[in-house]
Amino acid sequence: ELLKVLSHSISKSVLLTTYTREDKGVRSLSLAGHVGFDSLPDQLVNKSICQGFCFNILCIGETGIGKSTLMDTLFNTNFENFESSHFEPQVKLRAQTYDLQESNVRLRLTVVNTVGFGDQMNKQESYQPVVDYIDRQFESYLQEELKIKRSLHNYHDSRVHACLYFISPSGHSLKSLDLVTMKKLDSKVNIIPVIAKADTISKSELHKFKIKIMSELVSNGVQIYQFPLDDETVAKVNTTMNGHLPFAVVGSTEEVAVGNKMVKARQYPWGVVQVENENHCDFVKLREMLICVNMEDLREQTHTRHYELYRRCKLEELGFKDTDSECKPVSLQQTYEAKRQEFLVELQKREDEMRQMFVQRVKDKEAELKEAERELQSRFEQLKRLHAEEKAALEEKKRLLDDDLSSFGKRKAAAQLLQAQSLTANGKKDKDRKK
Amino acid sequence: STAFVQWVGEKTPISDTSYVGIDAILEQMRRKAMKQGFEFNVMVVGQSGLGKSTLMNTLFKSKVSRKSVQPNVEERIPKTVEIKSVSHDVEEKGVRMKLTVIDTPGFGDQINNENCWQPIMKFINDQYESYLQEEININRKKRIPDSRVHCCIYFIPPTGHCLRPLDVEFMRHLSKVVNIVPVIAKADTLTLEERDSFKKTIREELRANGIDVYPQKEFDEDAEDRMINDKIREMTPFAVVGSDQEYQVNGKRILGRKTKWGTIEVENIAHCEFAYLRDLLIRTHMQNIKDITCSIHYETYRVRRLNESNILFTSNPPDHPAVQPKANGQPEEQPATPQPNGVAAQHEALSHEM
Repeated sequence: ELLKVLSHSISKSVLLTTYTREDKGVRSLSLAGHVGFDSLPDQLVNKSICQGFCFNILCIGETGIGKSTLMDTLFNTNFENFESSHFEPQVKLRAQTYDLQESNVRLRLTVVNTVGFGDQMNKQESYQPVVDYIDRQFESYLQEELKIKRSLHNYHDSRVHACLYFISPSGHSLKSLDLVTMKKLDSKVNIIPVIAKADTISKSELHKFKIKIMSELVSNGVQIYQFPLDDETVAKVNTTMNGHLPFAVVGSTEEVAVGNKMVKARQYPWGVVQVENENHCDFVKLREMLICVNMEDLREQTHTRHYELYRRCKLEELGFKDTDSECKPVSLQQTYEAKRQEFLVELQKREDEMRQMFVQRVKDKEAELKEAERELQSRFEQLKRLHAEEKAALEEKKRLLDDDLSSFGKRKAAAQLLQAQSLTANGKKDKDRKK
Repeated sequence: STAFVQWVGEKTPISDTSYVGIDAILEQMRRKAMKQGFEFNVMVVGQSGLGKSTLMNTLFKSKVSRKSVQPNVEERIPKTVEIKSVSHDVEEKGVRMKLTVIDTPGFGDQINNENCWQPIMKFINDQYESYLQEEININRKKRIPDSRVHCCIYFIPPTGHCLRPLDVEFMRHLSKVVNIVPVIAKADTLTLEERDSFKKTIREELRANGIDVYPQKEFDEDAEDRMINDKIREMTPFAVVGSDQEYQVNGKRILGRKTKWGTIEVENIAHCEFAYLRDLLIRTHMQNIKDITCSIHYETYRVRRLNESNILFTSNPPDHPAVQPKANGQPEEQPATPQPNGVAAQHEALSHEM
């Protein structure tokens, strides 16, 4: 059967060659009038509007660095936030999903925050829960993709599309935790580093800080997300923005009056830091890049690069290959079936083993019970013997007693006789005296 | 109107005038689509002489048909059904499309046409197979080339009576694996009354034979969809006339067929239904046609194919009885563990051993 399938697929590939040979040269044709397929992008967009979009952001940063506030500010909403304690024993991740809508676009946004990142004394394993979370989402998608009956267009895609890494505004350099974490994540997710609470750094310090950070990232080989340059419409703005990384952001959902407008800002005794003022911070740039210009590219990179890498590694780990040792194409299906067969044989072996063990146990138990029975029987015999002995002893005693009784009876009778005789003799004596 | 972020729920936006920019994703999608370009693969099936090539050329306002590509090849009727595809890169207002027209010369032209649908079915399944093979590779291409047949236009000869056995056979088999758009060819030989009665008969016969042509009722997504598609279903099959000749009518140059009794204007809906077909196929439903192929017909093929492989391997050992495929070749479940009766039998055996 296997050979039949193999030869069938080989013959297929020959046939396919015949089909395509006809159109080896794809010609460019000019149209003599308006056909109407220029509406295709609109048709595609309409379909997406009906389906809705999905976007998942992961925020990594120390407790209190302003992750939740920034998300609130970016999306102009109060997400359910709670202050985390600084005493978490391990880094955890908290994911929350919201349905947002802007004009006719529906977005299912998932915000994932790290909890307790950077709080532990020993931060060696801090990155692991993050890596695990990202991998779990890839795994979940892979499982769905490999299912026989699958529904990918209905599937709620939870893969992380963008990772905002919050850098502490120390003004000096990156922490080793930052470098280690980003290095572990750069092949799994699009990393966009941001400098948090940027209103604590002066402009000149900020400039030096940014340069230091970027050079440290380069020298450590950390691949952060580059805004794409292949589309001329956005290449220019993306190139400029790439030069402003990492974005120095300030988040605030409180509004302060500036002039005759209410703006999102942070009010200090010495002045007001306006979130959407590009002279004050890079918040607008971040929003522009993350949402308005490159959201779709972030999603696409996640799917075509990071997910594909995960999938390739995972399948290779499981022993699948595209070509076998002789470089002949091996179908995923064949390898999968071979492994499945292996697994079923293993399962059968274990079942047999378990059955053997069960039978043995039953035998042992039976022997045990028999032994107990035998013991009981011998004890019974012993008791019976004891009882017979005692009975015999008692019988003997009874016999002796009977003997005693009968001899006593005899002696009593003899004594009475004697007594009677002596009375008669005494009577005779009295008579004699009286005479 | 100011765009602001609303919530499905109880939250209120922080600021009524703040703009987030979520709706900019539509523009991003459009940009990406324009850059990538589109693919469309359409197959034409029908006896020779029904005007298939002309109709394709009329639809795409260009010489897309195979005959136009090879004008010097002698026209001969092949002895079996052949499958010949030709691809073209076309562009309109910045939208690029790779259009592939698949011709099926020899269909219905033999004396014995039994099973002439089979090579066509095989070709369609072969495209699904090739896509599946690409999809299950470890190292996959960034964009898997899509050669799957998105739409099959079936040409019904304008007899005016009813469908022929060949038509029924073909559509019955193929409507399960591909989107079929039936058209009445060379409809300029039918009067309007004859045409309406013919269409009604055809629709009834399709219904009687359980043939679902595009747009299939079961794939309507919502009420709005159903309303639009019901209108189309009431007009199926479209009565078309094709032409690549232009004539002057009322001062305008239009596509038509000039006869002694008048000029048939191809794009005039009073004359024939070409415009409706063009709108359906190209201007409004092209994306939907591709989506149905991708998420339904291809998935159906994939399910069947993957289940077949399972059956091959579970036919031995004897403890694991194979699942028999259902009559339509699409088994519902896959045997993953021993069947319940197998396990029970083993328990019985155990008790005997004791």
